[in-house]
Amino acid sequence: MAEAAAPPLLRLGLVGSPNSGKTTLFNALTGLRAKVGNYPGVTVERREGTARLPGRAVQIIDLPGTYGLEPMSPDEAVVSQVLEGKLADVAPPDALIVTVDACAISRSLGFVAELVNEGLPTCLVLTMTDELHARGGKLDLERLRAALGIPVLSVVGHRGIGLEALRQLLPRPSEWERPPIPPPTDAEERHAWCESVLERVVLRAPGRDPWTERIDRIVLHPLGGSALFIAVMVLFFQLIFAWATPAMDAIDAGMSALAGAVHGTLPAGLLADFVSDGLIAGVGSVVIFLPQIMLLFGLLYLLEDVGYMARAAFVVDRLMARIGLEGRAFVALLSSYACAVPGIMAARTVPSPRHRLVTILVAPLVTCSARLPVYALLIGAFVPATTVWGGLGLQGLVLLGLYVLGGVTALIAASVLSRFVVGHASLPFVLELPPYRVPPFRLWLAQVWSAASAFLRRAGTIILLASIILWGLLTFPRVEAPVGASPTEASRYALEHSAAGSLGRAIEPVIAPLGFDWKIGVGLVASLAAREVIVATLAQVYAASEEDGTSLRKAIREDVDPRTGEKVFTPATVASLLIFFVFALQCTSTLAVMRRETNSWRWPAFAFAYLLGLAYGASFLTYRIVSAFTT
Amino acid sequence: MIDTVLLSQLPVGATAKVIAVDAPGPLGTRLRDLGLHPGTVVHCLRRAPLGDPRIYELRGVQLCLRRSEAGLVRVNTDG
Repeated sequence: MAEAAAPPLLRLGLVGSPNSGKTTLFNALTGLRAKVGNYPGVTVERREGTARLPGRAVQIIDLPGTYGLEPMSPDEAVVSQVLEGKLADVAPPDALIVTVDACAISRSLGFVAELVNEGLPTCLVLTMTDELHARGGKLDLERLRAALGIPVLSVVGHRGIGLEALRQLLPRPSEWERPPIPPPTDAEERHAWCESVLERVVLRAPGRDPWTERIDRIVLHPLGGSALFIAVMVLFFQLIFAWATPAMDAIDAGMSALAGAVHGTLPAGLLADFVSDGLIAGVGSVVIFLPQIMLLFGLLYLLEDVGYMARAAFVVDRLMARIGLEGRAFVALLSSYACAVPGIMAARTVPSPRHRLVTILVAPLVTCSARLPVYALLIGAFVPATTVWGGLGLQGLVLLGLYVLGGVTALIAASVLSRFVVGHASLPFVLELPPYRVPPFRLWLAQVWSAASAFLRRAGTIILLASIILWGLLTFPRVEAPVGASPTEASRYALEHSAAGSLGRAIEPVIAPLGFDWKIGVGLVASLAAREVIVATLAQVYAASEEDGTSLRKAIREDVDPRTGEKVFTPATVASLLIFFVFALQCTSTLAVMRRETNSWRWPAFAFAYLLGLAYGASFLTYRIVSAFTT
Repeated sequence: MIDTVLLSQLPVGATAKVIAVDAPGPLGTRLRDLGLHPGTVVHCLRRAPLGDPRIYELRGVQLCLRRSEAGLVRVNTDG
């Protein structure tokens, strides 16, 4: 029998409150093949996936979690806009799947009634019925179905219970039972209606989860809980800061070996340079982030799925509230000490888009590990290795001061941005404490992988492109060094005559008020790839051997301006350069990941501009003040 | 004796019944969407180490609210 034209693709909207098991159900139905994007104009993640159901494939639209249809912000309006087909280039769904945590039915029934009133065929999926039973609760599903007039199913997504029945039901929404009389639309009448339904349906309300009760007595104990919080955060910090290092070093070494092999195989020349220094180094600068991202998200999702993240947010919320943020932003800012890229990605766990945006915008201020080589070079070269105040090393104190300056500025910037720039958030802080759960391993693995692959696809391509462009700037135009120059001399000569060299000279008038000359200018241009690149670039400019840090220190210490006969790196210049690195956002990877997370170039551009302004102003002041004291 | 207090004033370990949500517009709707309707029984379970926020137990859910939001809900204690 010849099949007629394929039936039009059926679109099912998946709606539910946060923590209602919506994501687990989405993954169980689509087999983790989600297409992730953003809704136009807002920073709300848009996830769609295909479910291969009996007879036909169905498109599942995972709508953002919400407690009701009346929005409190443009971001929350997405759900009702999609349902009513008011959002450009998002077709409205043909039917709705509503997920409700069986233990929370008493709270969620009003929302279900609201959704039924939207007029689309709707089915209700009760999740976590296993937890309901464990907590001694009992629901009469048949009465619930009769009262609502829509199909009601119980599904335990990660165990696959009830999933087959749902898969049988979903392909034919036109045949779903529809309510003969829709629930009342007036809020008060609807509430009364809900209460009367609940009276018939809830045979026994669930008690507390006994294990959660016991664990929380320790985890949320005023003293014990705080200690545990600090311990977990130290572990977290350690994990992404230190434990990722071996893997990152290995990637670094692997990429260098690969580049060396290319130089050995290809004839010396532009092609070999491009492949090794442009392409392989560019790929390396993307892959280098993977260990941190995988470790960060591995632990983040583990803590989230187990139920600890909500508790951590509860413990630290008071502190974060002072700067206009909330508890869940803490982890993102902490992660940024390792690197702003995973830090910005970790801001996904902050549900309020405004809080998320502020967190993303201040994350680059937190002292990331890429600044360390720059600080180490300048402090090592110019801060005397003496001790002050009874044994404290001066170099270490300066380093600590730079860390504190970055951290404190991040906090101030957060409170300023959340008040004036992003608009004062009127959204109430809402946090649910789910019972402790053993997370399904497959779901956890899929979440970590989805974070890593999203980074590679969406941010990695931009990072790769940017590093190739920077390679081009540092390489072209190619000017042959004078005959007889040593290799380091030749490389210095090539850099000086490259586009980056010209750029360094071109920006000299702009950076002169900060005490920087054109050589530092070249370093600043190159450091756009990653902050620590300035060290290698200065080494090249000064024709110092890179392996031996002391010769570069010596070179910059002794460099004299030929016009004035004075030292280039005066104390004022060094202080000014350090301050510049505390504030400036010289990192294309951070900009790329900001672009990916906010779905627009507007916010990375804003962050770059405000941090550059801050860096310029602070460096200028520092240069003036230190100059006044040292001359 | 029945006392009407704000939910934010409810001591840890106490149980009360919601009288009214004193928030206009979408904020009031949100608090009701979270289950805070007149008649709802609320139990204050614990407070954060720094005093705020607190965890309330209502309608089968443990919900964490700051003082600013809990202060919009009037409750009756029967103590």
